[in-house]
Amino acid sequence: MAVAPVVPDRHPPAFARRGWYRRNEIALTPWLFLAPGVLFFTVYVVLPIFQSFGISLYRWDGLGEATYIGLANYRELTTDRAFEISLWNNLRWLVLYLLAIPLGLGIALFLNQTVTGIRLYKSLFFFPFVISQVVVGLVFSWFYLPNAGLLNLILGWFGVSLNVLGDPDLATYGIIVAGLWPQTAYCMILYLTGLNAVDPEQVEAARLDGAKGWKMLWYVIVPQLRPATFIAFVVTIIGALRSFDLISIMTNGGPFGSTRVLSFYMYEKALAEFGFRMGYGAAIAVILFLIMLCFIAYFLWSIWREERGGRG
Amino acid sequence: MRSILTALAATTILSGAALAEAHGPDLTGTLRIVSDMSNPAPRAVMEDLAERFEEMHPDLDVELQVIDREAWKTQIRNTLSANPPDVVNWYAANRMMPYVNAALFEDVSDVWEEIEGLDSVKGALTIDGAQYGVPYTYYQWGVYYRQDIFEELGLEEPETWEQEIANCQVILDSGRKCYTIGTKFLWTAGGWFDYLNMRTNGFDFHMALARGEIPWTDDRVRQTFANWRELIDMGAYIDNHQNYSWQEALPFMVNGEATSYLMGNFAVAPMRDAGLTDDQIDFYQFPAIGEDIPMAEDAPTDTFHIPAGAENKEAAREFLKFVVSADVQTDINRGDALGQLPVNAQSEVDEDKFLEQGFAMLSQNSPGGVAQFFDRDFPAEMAALGMEGLQEFMVYPDNLEDILQRLEQARQRIYAN
Repeated sequence: MAVAPVVPDRHPPAFARRGWYRRNEIALTPWLFLAPGVLFFTVYVVLPIFQSFGISLYRWDGLGEATYIGLANYRELTTDRAFEISLWNNLRWLVLYLLAIPLGLGIALFLNQTVTGIRLYKSLFFFPFVISQVVVGLVFSWFYLPNAGLLNLILGWFGVSLNVLGDPDLATYGIIVAGLWPQTAYCMILYLTGLNAVDPEQVEAARLDGAKGWKMLWYVIVPQLRPATFIAFVVTIIGALRSFDLISIMTNGGPFGSTRVLSFYMYEKALAEFGFRMGYGAAIAVILFLIMLCFIAYFLWSIWREERGGRG
Repeated sequence: MRSILTALAATTILSGAALAEAHGPDLTGTLRIVSDMSNPAPRAVMEDLAERFEEMHPDLDVELQVIDREAWKTQIRNTLSANPPDVVNWYAANRMMPYVNAALFEDVSDVWEEIEGLDSVKGALTIDGAQYGVPYTYYQWGVYYRQDIFEELGLEEPETWEQEIANCQVILDSGRKCYTIGTKFLWTAGGWFDYLNMRTNGFDFHMALARGEIPWTDDRVRQTFANWRELIDMGAYIDNHQNYSWQEALPFMVNGEATSYLMGNFAVAPMRDAGLTDDQIDFYQFPAIGEDIPMAEDAPTDTFHIPAGAENKEAAREFLKFVVSADVQTDINRGDALGQLPVNAQSEVDEDKFLEQGFAMLSQNSPGGVAQFFDRDFPAEMAALGMEGLQEFMVYPDNLEDILQRLEQARQRIYAN
C-alpha cells in the first residue's frame, strides 16, 4: 500500500540527472527555430553573393572552362556605354520612384474619411497593386501607343503627338510612370493603416492650439506616420532597384538600349538569348549589389537606432 | 563522270539504307527527344514523327518532351549539361557553335555519309569539317507584297534597286508606306541588313563580316548603309516601327497602309488568317543592287542534334536519318504541316504559291550562297549589339558614324577572345 507524501517534494531534481539540452534549453531553442531559415538563407542568398564575386573575375560562357581574367570585366564596364546608360536609368528610377510616397500619402489622406462605400473606393485605389506587373506594363504600353493609344488621342486635341516608348529620351520616364501606378497604391495602403494609429487626442490638442491645414499635416500627422513612411521608403527603394518586369514587357530594354537598368542589363548579358557572358553579368550584379548595400546598410542602421532608442 | 559515280554510289547507299530501314536495325531501350516545336502545327508534326518512329521500331520506346520554343533557347544549356536526352532541336551555323566548342553536341559526320540529297544545306551544319546535326526544315526570306495594290498602281515586281526605289516612290505618292516592319525585338532589322549587304557587297563579303574579318567602318559596309539610307530618307518604312513586334506590324500590310514586308515565309500564315487571299499577296526575291553580284538568300535552317552525353546514340542516329529521308521531309513540310521547305532535294514541295516560289528561288536563283540569318551567322554578342545598332540607324540615320564606331570597337573585342 502506497502512502502519498503529506508534503509535496519541493526539492528541485538534481542537476546531474538533467541532460545537456535541458540545461541549455533557453539558449538553444531560438537557434533551433532559426536553423532552417539560417541554413536556407546561407545556401541560397549568402553563398551565391560570394559566388558572384568570384565569377565576376572570370570569362565564362556557362558551359566550358572558365578563364581567370582578374578585374578585366570591371575595366570593360568603365568603357561600356550601355552600362553607363543603365546606371543613370537606375538613378532616375530611384529618384522618381520616391514620388510614390507623397502621392500615396495624398490619396490615403483623401480616402481616410467615413463616407458610404469608402471601402469600395479604397479597394479600387488599391487594385493596381494587386494585378500583375506584366498586366500593368501591357495596359500602359497600349495607353502610350503612338496611333491608337488613349494618351495620343487626348494629346491630339491639342495638336500634339508623342511616341513615349519609341523615343529614347522619354521611354524611361514613361515606364517609371507606369511603375508609379501600383507603387502609389502600395504606399497608400501603408499610410491608411498608419492613419488608423494616429492619436486623436493629439489631433484634438493641436486643433485647440489653432493648428490646421498644412501645419497640422506637417507637424502633427506626418511625425506620427514615421513608421509607415520608413516602410514605404524601404519598399519603394527596393522596388525601384528591382524594376525589371515593366522594362521587359514595355520596351524590352529598347529603343536601342535606352531603357535598360542594371538588373535588366545583367539579365541580358548573362541569361538572355544572346548573352551567356556569365563573368560580365556577375560583374554588373556586383555593382548592383554594392548600390543596394548602401541602402540596406542605412535601413539596418535606422532599425538598430530605433530599437536602441526604444530600450533606452 | 565523277558526278555519275557519286550518283551511283549514292543510289547504292540509298538502297542500302532503305533495306536497312525495311528490316529495321534492332533498336531497343528508350529514345528521349526534347523538342522546341511548341507551336500548334509544328507540335503535331513532332508528335507524329515520334509516333511513326516508334511504330517502325517496336522494341523502342520513344519519349517526347515538347518545350516552349522561346524558353528552350535558354534551357538547352541546362538540358545538355545535366541529364541530356538523346535528340534535341536547335539551329544551324553559329548558333550551335557554343555547344560544339563545349563538346556537348555529338559529331554525326558518319550519319551524313549515309544520307543524301542534303548537299545544299550541309555547309550550315559543318564546323571544322565535321557535321554536328541534321536539318529538318528551312524557309525562304523575301519581299511579301500586296499584289492587288501593285496592280492598282500599275507596278511590277522589281528586279533592280532602281526599280525598287521607283516603285516605292509611286507607293509613297499614293499615300501609303512601302514597307511595314516591327523592330521592337531587333532581329527584323537584321533581315534588312543581310539583304542590303549581300546585294551591295555579295555573300562572301557578308560572311567575312560575320566572321569578324572586316571592320564595320569599312567603306563597303558604309555603302550598304548608304543604300539603306535612300529608303529611310524617302520615308519608305512605317513610322514608330521601334514600338512594334513583327506581328504587330502585320496589320499595316493587311489594312493596306503599307504594301510590302521583308520577312520569312512564316509571315504568310498570319496574313492568310487575317483575311488576305492568295490573289492579294505575292512574293518576290529581294532585287539586285550591285552589278555582277550573284544573288544570295537568307534561309534559316532548324535542326536536330544528338547531345554528346546521350544514352541511346544508336537509336538517335537512326532517328536523324529517318527525319531527313525524302518521304518524311515531303510529309512534314507540307502546307498543312510545317508549311516550309524540305531540306532533302529529292522531296516534293507542297503545292503552295509561296513554297514553290521559295523553293525555285533557293534552288535555282541563289548562286551566291545561302545565309542563315543575321543572328545565326554572327556570334551571339556581335549579333545582339549589331541589331541594336541597326535599329538605331533606322530611327536616327544621322547616328551612323557613332554606331559604326561602337560596332567596330565591339568587333575588336569579341573576335579577339
